Amino acid sequence: MAPLPIREKLAILSDAAKYDASCASSGAAKRNSLKSGGIGSTEGTGICHSYAPDGRCISLLKILLTNFCIYDCSYCINRSSSNVRRARFSVEEVVKLTMDFYRRNYIEGLFLSSGVVRSPDETMGEMVEIARRLREVEKFGGYIHLKTIPEASPELIEEAGRLADRLSINVELPTDEGVKRLAPEKKPETIRLSMANLRAKIEEKREPTMRTKKRERFAPGGQSTQMIVGADATADAGILATSARLYGSYRLRRVYYSAFSPIPDSSSALPLKKPPLMREHRLYQADWLMRFYGFSQPEILAGSPDGMLDLEIDPKLAWALRNRGQFPVDVNRAPREQLLRVPGLGTKTIARIIETRRHRRLRLEDVGVLCGSIGKVRPFIEAEGWSPGGLTDETHLRRRLVAQPTQLSLF
Amino acid sequence: MQEALSLARFRVALDGPADFDGWRRAARRLAAERVPGGEVEWSVGGTADAPSSLLDNAHPSAALSVPREFVTRAETVICHSDPERFAFLYRMLLRIVAEPNLMKIASDPDVRRFEAMEKSVRRDTHKMRAFVRFRRIGAEETERYVAWFEPDHFIVERNAPFFVRRFTGMRWTILTPYASADWDGERLAIGPGASKTDAPPDDGAEDLWRTYFRSIFNPARLKVKAMQAEMPKKYWRNLPEASLISGMIAGAEDAAREMIEKMPTTPAPHHAKVQARHWPAPQPDDRKGDGAEATTLEELREAAKGCRRCPLWREATQTVFGEGPGAARVVFVGEQPGDQEDIAGRPFVGPAGKLFDAVLDEAELDRRLTYVTNAVKHFKFEPRGKRRIHSKPNAGEISACRWWLDKELALIRPELVVALGATAAQSLLGKAVPITRMRGEVIERADGLKIFLTVHPSFLLRIPDARDKAAEHERFLADIRAVKQLMAA
Repeated sequence: MAPLPIREKLAILSDAAKYDASCASSGAAKRNSLKSGGIGSTEGTGICHSYAPDGRCISLLKILLTNFCIYDCSYCINRSSSNVRRARFSVEEVVKLTMDFYRRNYIEGLFLSSGVVRSPDETMGEMVEIARRLREVEKFGGYIHLKTIPEASPELIEEAGRLADRLSINVELPTDEGVKRLAPEKKPETIRLSMANLRAKIEEKREPTMRTKKRERFAPGGQSTQMIVGADATADAGILATSARLYGSYRLRRVYYSAFSPIPDSSSALPLKKPPLMREHRLYQADWLMRFYGFSQPEILAGSPDGMLDLEIDPKLAWALRNRGQFPVDVNRAPREQLLRVPGLGTKTIARIIETRRHRRLRLEDVGVLCGSIGKVRPFIEAEGWSPGGLTDETHLRRRLVAQPTQLSLF
Repeated sequence: MQEALSLARFRVALDGPADFDGWRRAARRLAAERVPGGEVEWSVGGTADAPSSLLDNAHPSAALSVPREFVTRAETVICHSDPERFAFLYRMLLRIVAEPNLMKIASDPDVRRFEAMEKSVRRDTHKMRAFVRFRRIGAEETERYVAWFEPDHFIVERNAPFFVRRFTGMRWTILTPYASADWDGERLAIGPGASKTDAPPDDGAEDLWRTYFRSIFNPARLKVKAMQAEMPKKYWRNLPEASLISGMIAGAEDAAREMIEKMPTTPAPHHAKVQARHWPAPQPDDRKGDGAEATTLEELREAAKGCRRCPLWREATQTVFGEGPGAARVVFVGEQPGDQEDIAGRPFVGPAGKLFDAVLDEAELDRRLTYVTNAVKHFKFEPRGKRRIHSKPNAGEISACRWWLDKELALIRPELVVALGATAAQSLLGKAVPITRMRGEVIERADGLKIFLTVHPSFLLRIPDARDKAAEHERFLADIRAVKQLMAA
């Protein structure tokens, strides 16, 4: 068989990688090329170099090393029973492609994942070799995210952590039963153990060494994971419980939710329909509530009949409507924790409210100016010269608020 | 320009469109004299005339102090393309002299305008970092990367150092309509503006980039608005990938429908071979039996890995089994693994474990004679942000896990078992006992096994008062010494 031209390989192996939601290039240690005279920098916040019409940011060259795979996970386009075209990059090809794209400022770096061929160590070994060549031969200082193969040997993981900014292992599905059914060859126990080992390594390396007092580099951007939403029947409450467990247990930077998307040549074990994008969006919002707004996982959906997030309104508004006794909140007096519970107020707006109210009392208009749109906020706050009166408890409040065009924030 | 109409007493000519230092020097003097904003005219690149020379004679003595925050942020705002920016900033300066807290009042209209301008410059700066597209010319010695970019504001000078830090090992030039930045590998030079035709044509890499752009797109998730919010159309004309967008949007629906409607096909030909080679026979269930047949601690430990006797395994990482020699003479039983034990897979490695180790050393208890384990072998917790809060195992979990503890004790046959805390005591004695009242006592079970009762070392960690803590430490040490005595007997 004649070797595929690089363009064909790129088409196949980026198409194969697009179902992974993560594209973040943030959280890396600050680094630039002034000293090394090489190419590349990371300055904390990532940069999205382009956007595809699916609204997703293109920050990294997100490709698979190969889409040959010995696993047969029904939700995956690369499963061994799929008739998708197969290709395989060489180490040199990935290094060259990354550098060629980076030099032209198309990307922040590389997100490399792979199907598993022959053995986990062989595949992981090649991925690590690519990262090593980029760092040591090309003096590449950009972002590297390596998808870690759970069964790979500890030495390879150690090396991967030394070279990469972020490592990730996908839990794939919210429950062990789901993994067993849809990805029969994968072992949830092994995935959990690998995440535990990564956390242990990241924490161990964060401590300065006894002798040199310097910190060794190990995945400064931490670890993340991805869960597919809608491929099995798990309700949102179950998904969020799994996220809460993962954040707490393995100190993940991010859990990504990926609405299950139909794939070409898909398995009959799966629902063939459009991906549940709004559900995915609500899950991200709920995830934010847990991480930045002081909500515990159980309270987000407490009192909801089916454990599903409301698709029509955001989870904070839904919570507020179920817990009206906690409102109105006085924007001139309430502590930050209470302000965080007010629908329509984000962390930045709250910081500015707290700063401003030290110098002048806030009226409803002032809050409106600070948060952009006051409609959703009004029934839940008190301000100078404003009290919502009976509005907070009005039976039709929900309908009234839904009727207003609410702006969706993007993650 | 508007000189004929101007009533300005002072004219300030700045060196460039973002000449912050020049603005600052002039503004400081004018403000010291409390010159009203309406009497100052700002321009770029003109020559200073007579009124402005008045400025030089103004007294710089009156020290002007404004919050540093205003100065650093004004440095950003001055890059804005608004022709009024110099006058606006000067007006802000005058207000701040009168109201030092002004910047903290986010609801003030001037502050809002200031913030909006700052945000716009920052965004433009960020978008320049994102959307500059280099093209290569020359090769080897003459290799150079050149880009054409059209910023909204005067940001080339402020942004050039970023490109230096990032593309240090490359020679590059960024051309914009009002200025250019050039890096020869050692030195950054800011030069005059250019036009689009000065930029080189596609160097061949753009075709690969477009291939990537097309392939990474998932047509089943079309969200055009989200794309345009972050990548407004005004940037498209200089982005090589943007020419594909309209075609991708138009074809998305059909492509997505095709993905959904296409019937599953028969498995690929190599699939059977892969299955046979890598996954022979039906996958054996992970459970290694229930350990009933185990004749060594190792076999028992293996069996316990797949334990499903209670639901705690679902949330925990792994079974944390006991550790120590099979010939141990004393077995210490704790409550359950904690956060660190769950991650490491070993008992007594967290804070309580470290304290326990220290006390055993202090008592000079020979570690080769001890085995440590827990009454419950999975970590029970409540997630709270990035932490896990320990929760107490209930009677059902304790009794389910007793299966393993009984087997461990049956294989080791120790002379003495030390129950550390109430959970361990409950597991070993089959009922709850008041530990604080009974600590130090030895209870002999019906089967002859001797149980020594004491507290769990984590109890010591929770005592806030240092003196109480030291006293409890002594009591615990005394208990461990008593254990040592009992072993020697």
